[in-house]
Amino acid sequence: MSLNAKDKGLITGIWSKISSKAPELGAEALGRMLTVYPQTKTYFSHWADTSPGSAPVKKHGAVIMAAIGDAVTKMDDLVGGLSSLSELHAFKLRVDPANFKILAHNIHVTIAMYFPADFTAEVHLALDKFLQNLALALAERYR
Amino acid sequence: MVEWTDQERTLIANIFANLDYEDIGSKALARCLIVYPWTQRYFGGFGNLYNADAIMNNPMISAHGVKILHGLDRAVKNMDDIKNAYATLSELHSEKLHVDPDNFRLLSDCLSIVIASKMGYDFTPDLQAAWQKFLTVVVFALGRQYH
Repeated sequence: MSLNAKDKGLITGIWSKISSKAPELGAEALGRMLTVYPQTKTYFSHWADTSPGSAPVKKHGAVIMAAIGDAVTKMDDLVGGLSSLSELHAFKLRVDPANFKILAHNIHVTIAMYFPADFTAEVHLALDKFLQNLALALAERYR
Repeated sequence: MVEWTDQERTLIANIFANLDYEDIGSKALARCLIVYPWTQRYFGGFGNLYNADAIMNNPMISAHGVKILHGLDRAVKNMDDIKNAYATLSELHSEKLHVDPDNFRLLSDCLSIVIASKMGYDFTPDLQAAWQKFLTVVVFALGRQYH
């Protein structure tokens, strides 16, 4: 489901709106995912604390959100732009791609909480398509 | 049988005690039809679904969203036997309405997002966990009688 011009406009629009809070949103989304979908904690057995608001969650949430922000600038060629991240996820992290969808849902919930007026159904649609395409690009090198 | 902690029961009861069915129900269904347009296949007789504005302002869709949300009431009243509480509704959705059960999951996700928009920071991770567990159980029960 590729992005049309309207989707791209909505995505850059919402991202510029939320970018100043991106680290906080990332931490919130990641913390929620680990709480609401406990099976995702299996990837973080090396963290002392996987609870929302903990230091590793805050740090890693910010990392993830910054990478997504970077992907927004590479929207026209996600596969090319994310190839090294894809290699990382394929060969080192080996995160089951089903989890990308789970994180995406929690990103939607978090943005809806923080920016209810801006997260309209059309923005939700565009962002969902973008995150799905991002997930596909991230899984590109898996097999 | 699903096991609910006391905390989960309280959290879920609190959501329903403060739920604005008219607002949340209508918004959740409209959002589902917009974000996942293939779900419109079940709403051929519901008038203008041509674009997001039309869907958001469609009175038939609003009314139906409220009706669907009230469909959750029977789960709240039968927390310890949700599977059987939804047996007839499950048959209805399978045999008469022919709804792909994956749609229940899509609508659940939209419902969670609409509630998150309304509650803001009050929609804590624990509340989200309890709420989504509740919806997962209902969705499973609704798909149970398909064959």
